[in-house]
Amino acid sequence: MNHFPETWGRPRDDVYGPYNHGYLQAPAPNQHTQSPIVTGTSVVAIKFKDGVVIATDNLASYGSLARFTDVKRLRKFNERTVIGFGGDISDMQHLDRLLNSLSIKENYQHDATDEEDTDGFSADNVHTYLSKVMYARRTKFDPLWNHMLVAGLDSDDEPFLASVDLLGTTFSSPSLATGYGAHLAQPIMRKVVPDEDAVDQVTEEQAVKVIKECMKVLFYRDARSLDNYSIAVIKKEGVNLKLDEKLENQSWQFAERIRGYGTQVN
Amino acid sequence: MASILPGAPQEGIGYSFSQAAPNAASEPRQHSFYPYSDNGGTSLGISGTDFTIMAADTRNVSGYSINTRYSPRLYLIGGEGPENKGARIVLSVVGFTADGSALKERLDNIVKMYKYHHGKPMSVSACAQRLSHLLYSKRFFPFYVSAILGGLDEEGKGALYSYDYVGSYEREQCRSAGAASSLIMPFLDNQVNFKNQYQPGSGTGHNLQAVVAEPLPRERVTQLVRDAFTSAVERHIEVGDGLQMMIITKDGVQEKYVELKKD
Amino acid sequence: MGGFDFSNHNRNVALHAKGMPLPKATSTGTTIVGCLFDGGVVIAADTRATSGPIVADKNCEKLHYIAPNIWCAGAGTAADTEFTTALMASNLELHSLSTGRKPRVVTCMTMLKQHLFRYQGHIGAYLVVAGCDPTGSHLFTVHAHGSTDKLPYVTMGSGSLAAMSVFETSWQGNMTRDEAVKLCSEAIMAGIFNDLGSGSNVDVCVITPEKATLLRNYITPNVREKKLRNYKFPKGTTAVLNEKVITKEDISKYVTVHELQDDEAMDVDS
Repeated sequence: MNHFPETWGRPRDDVYGPYNHGYLQAPAPNQHTQSPIVTGTSVVAIKFKDGVVIATDNLASYGSLARFTDVKRLRKFNERTVIGFGGDISDMQHLDRLLNSLSIKENYQHDATDEEDTDGFSADNVHTYLSKVMYARRTKFDPLWNHMLVAGLDSDDEPFLASVDLLGTTFSSPSLATGYGAHLAQPIMRKVVPDEDAVDQVTEEQAVKVIKECMKVLFYRDARSLDNYSIAVIKKEGVNLKLDEKLENQSWQFAERIRGYGTQVN
Repeated sequence: MASILPGAPQEGIGYSFSQAAPNAASEPRQHSFYPYSDNGGTSLGISGTDFTIMAADTRNVSGYSINTRYSPRLYLIGGEGPENKGARIVLSVVGFTADGSALKERLDNIVKMYKYHHGKPMSVSACAQRLSHLLYSKRFFPFYVSAILGGLDEEGKGALYSYDYVGSYEREQCRSAGAASSLIMPFLDNQVNFKNQYQPGSGTGHNLQAVVAEPLPRERVTQLVRDAFTSAVERHIEVGDGLQMMIITKDGVQEKYVELKKD
Repeated sequence: MGGFDFSNHNRNVALHAKGMPLPKATSTGTTIVGCLFDGGVVIAADTRATSGPIVADKNCEKLHYIAPNIWCAGAGTAADTEFTTALMASNLELHSLSTGRKPRVVTCMTMLKQHLFRYQGHIGAYLVVAGCDPTGSHLFTVHAHGSTDKLPYVTMGSGSLAAMSVFETSWQGNMTRDEAVKLCSEAIMAGIFNDLGSGSNVDVCVITPEKATLLRNYITPNVREKKLRNYKFPKGTTAVLNEKVITKEDISKYVTVHELQDDEAMDVDS
């Protein structure tokens, strides 16, 4: 016996051999998402007079590898809310689970099929929920590596479009885009809806057309994009979600006369 | 647990656990994640005899991109319900918008709870001190925002408080914060507090009489605010799109919006 | 001797290692574009020069002359674009004088890429080179590291993506001069309004085999609005602590005048 009470009753090296330190160590620190692994690229969305159009392509990249080519990054929450996800796919699936349980809890209280029961979540409520989740996770230094757009109708059935990112930053605009879309698609969309007043002049057809144009430009210039995409239109009548669209009317006309990069002629 | 600490007496038989375990948890963790961003924005407040004017641009940026051309940076604090009806305190926050809205929500809750508990609205000075405490409560993981709080004090005079991001605060006549504050503040010093202005012919050399600062009329202050912002727009890339103004008087808070250049 | 002086390099590396920040160069965080059309080529640029978040020049010229039939739009470090294009202008002039031929765009592009490649990107010039020569109309981009590209429409600078979105939606082959000018200025406007590094006005340069036309401030969508107040100070507002008057006669005390002989007169035109 010695004078170190904490050693009493512990196995002795000379009897049992050296102790395996692995058992004594504190459990390994929580592994946080330090960087995204499997990722989705841009989300684009635009308001029109009766609702919102939102689109993403169906690609999940693994670095520069086009790893999964049929990943649906648009998620319908209810008849007036669709969420578009950019960034890490596993974190998107985690958020999907959170939204599922939220929606189950919600459906216990409200009947979504009952038109009189309008107290359920509207798009701005879903956006607030997501922004709280994202801000709380960033504050824990354990972010969900996503940038999302929430599209739909607010509690007054007015078009609603807002963004949340991994830091919990939120903002709203008549048109929004994440990732490369913020650089390539926003200039196109802002010409159609420069401000909130212009939204009333835009029809559903015009909005869908400009979103398709944006998806085309993104496919031309974003190296992590795909020509298969999902598109959703959210109106009072409900959500029209198409998950397997193909880009149309591509033009590679410019390529015809390219010869080399400098002095080459033929 | 002396024996677990390094340098503890080692004698006799070696016990496996007397060696300090290589403790990965105690070492500083490396994070590639940075929890802040700068969303730009410039705010400005001037207090007068019976009013306070608050103003901020509405452009929200990240890097060289514009997130949105309209995100309000002035918030009503207190009052009734989500619309803050009857509120007499205005908070402006610039810097990191996620922290900004978190801070605003906390302060708004506190001010509303104060009225619920005490049956009277919170005074601006109390609210100002509470905001300072809110900021300091996150001293080692701060809210990355420059805040300005405006209202009317107990005597009905304009009250304006400015803060650094960890809660040091001061009551002032005028203050600009955020991206273009270094452009606007010297202008305000000169035009509101008449710094570097002397009365012509009032003396020679050090005997010259400085122009004495006096509270300015509302109309003139509004013009100064607009000129400050149209000028900041010219020389700062993050300022533009729109100017949101709130004028706090005994009759309530009047809100104005003016377009700014969008380039 | 020509070339760069590197004698302060080691000192600066040491200072930088001790924490002294590098001096900030004026950069033209920019939108520049170019587009070929039937019978010529157009280049265009915005006119904002920045130093960090501060606008250094609201109406700078980013379209540089290289030869009568070759013009160049520059993005990146302002001094580098300025001096590199000036160097090319000089060398091409000499080359043209020596060969007795009009300078060619490929010659300019090759000289630029070889010059920039030698400096491994330390000369921060990102250029759009355009012009017409006896072999036709040409449009190139040259990056600071020396790579080049030859395309019917090009964009560069911090607003390049905004500008490219316009080209990718509206460009078509076989455009007329007016269509190309309109498309290029639309692309610059997309940069001006969507990219913080770009702003103010649109400059355009149209080059045809006959001549090059610089349309300086072709569109001015960002005129400063009128100030509401007058900021004229009454005379005497600024304190004068002491005063010293130097008359014209006094100045002559500090100047020595030498009369030149006729044969010593400076040659200016030989």
